[in-house]
Amino acid sequence: MPHLLCQRELGTMETDPGGLAFRPATEVAIDVSHLRKMYGPTVAVDDLSFSVRRGEIFGVIGPNGAGKTTAVECVGGLRTFDRGSISVLGLDPCRHRGALRQVVGVQLQEGSLPVRLKIDELVELFASFYPHPADTGQLLDLLDLAPKRHAYYGRLSGGQKQRVAIALALVGNPKVAILDELTTGLDPQARRDTWELVASVRDRGVTVVLVTHFMDEAERLCDRVMLVDHGQVVALDTPAMLAERHGGGSRLSFQPSKPFDDSLLTSLPEVSGLQHKDGRVVVTGTGDVLGAVVHALDGVGVEPRNADLTTASLEDAFLRLTARPQGSSQEEESR
Amino acid sequence: MTSTDTITVPRPTGRSLRRLIATETKIAYRVPVGLVLGVVVPVLLLVIFGVSPGFKKPVNPHTTITFMDDYVPVLMALTLALIGLVSLPIPMVMNRERKYLRRLSATPVAPVWLLAAQVAVNLVLAVVAMGLIVGGGVLFFNIKAPGDLGGFILAAALATASLFALGLFIAAVSPSPPVAGVFGTVVLYPLLYFAGLWVPRQNMAPTIRHIGDFTPLGSGVQSLLSALQGTFPPTHALVVMAVWALVFSAAAVKLFRWE
Repeated sequence: MPHLLCQRELGTMETDPGGLAFRPATEVAIDVSHLRKMYGPTVAVDDLSFSVRRGEIFGVIGPNGAGKTTAVECVGGLRTFDRGSISVLGLDPCRHRGALRQVVGVQLQEGSLPVRLKIDELVELFASFYPHPADTGQLLDLLDLAPKRHAYYGRLSGGQKQRVAIALALVGNPKVAILDELTTGLDPQARRDTWELVASVRDRGVTVVLVTHFMDEAERLCDRVMLVDHGQVVALDTPAMLAERHGGGSRLSFQPSKPFDDSLLTSLPEVSGLQHKDGRVVVTGTGDVLGAVVHALDGVGVEPRNADLTTASLEDAFLRLTARPQGSSQEEESR
Repeated sequence: MTSTDTITVPRPTGRSLRRLIATETKIAYRVPVGLVLGVVVPVLLLVIFGVSPGFKKPVNPHTTITFMDDYVPVLMALTLALIGLVSLPIPMVMNRERKYLRRLSATPVAPVWLLAAQVAVNLVLAVVAMGLIVGGGVLFFNIKAPGDLGGFILAAALATASLFALGLFIAAVSPSPPVAGVFGTVVLYPLLYFAGLWVPRQNMAPTIRHIGDFTPLGSGVQSLLSALQGTFPPTHALVVMAVWALVFSAAAVKLFRWE
């Protein structure tokens, strides 16, 4: 009976036009608060809180063993947890298992499927599990699996198997898709195709939670990224803001057309450091370093020549925020 | 920490269940372990025994019961052992090892329904094999039709239940497919010995036969033989099979690991 109740709750959420129209950006699809999960004496997830907005691609990054998979598996109802609460579209993964499984599609990090089943058989089988499945033919086309539809799963390449896993995660027309290490084992072209696919799934209104090891993937694909380490949230922001705030800033180097006083630039709020190197000036800082420096130089008639700007990437932010031991990262900061 | 709660397992729709059974049927045909071991091998043995002149003789001068009559229950036991202990558990353990059961637990259809479909498909294999053995024996090799058909069906059903329960227990406790294979084989040979595959039950030393009476296939063969000859199977033999079936299916349910 709790089963039916959940579906009704879900139904009212969907047909409530007021809430959707007024607060589209802040509508929460997944809310996790104070989640804690232990494996024996080991704390896998420790007091983890975050929320995922409806219709966004939410990236989860972090070092190996950070608790990423555990956290998303708790969200997907695949694991029980010790403390905290989770709500997925208003459903509790523990109490509303049946209803949750109808609206959440999962691609697991590991695992394979029966080798002597054909792709279309697998997709049809999983489609039969859901009340409103996707059109399996379209789905196979979308994933470029149509030419292989009659091939045995056991005969597929790694990339094809990965695409089958994605197909099975999406075949139930989920409202939330949890994709764990989506593009691991794919070649660069297949990765880019998969990104496009995930973006198009998001554009259809599906909320996507993406666990990844690839910073370029998180940077290009995710609307927001959560960095997890030691089972805790280290940072959560858009990829650009994470890179900006935690990536160590930008580095601008140029040849000045004539000498100028260093304080002209070091007094700028955007600039945190200035060095002279082989006749070039190297400025480091955060924010719009380029704009501020060019404007300041322009004011005194100095032209920056052969300018070269390096901006911090998400990877820089990742490495700085997860650096071990902690002392080394602080040393770098002060330099 | 298991992925499936047994309290609120949602009932799958008829469509899901039909798909699951159809899919498992295809696998049973494409990976024909049960088909070959459980159906083809015993039927082949029936034919080989059936055309051997020695098997057409009466087991002793005072009866019309032939060696062939005596062997039909043993062949049925062989079928049940191979399907129950090999064809049934190993794919289940493989599906756990490849995390397919876990993957299913992320869908609205709980993985227990995959196991149910696998039991159903193997049950069909077992019924077909036993039907071929008895029917073929009666039609082509002149064995006697079961004198007590009700008792015969009951005995066959209980023997099947006890062997399937053992197979599910093996699936429940084996951490990997090779372990399940070894486990199945280790159980298979003594059970077949007590069933009388190598030494017919009536030629066994009384102590050995008495031990055999407490095994599912020893009591199974005894019950089938009795029903074939027109006498309702002895109660103790039926009880022995029922106890094996109940104990091992309960243990399997309790111990089954989904990941």
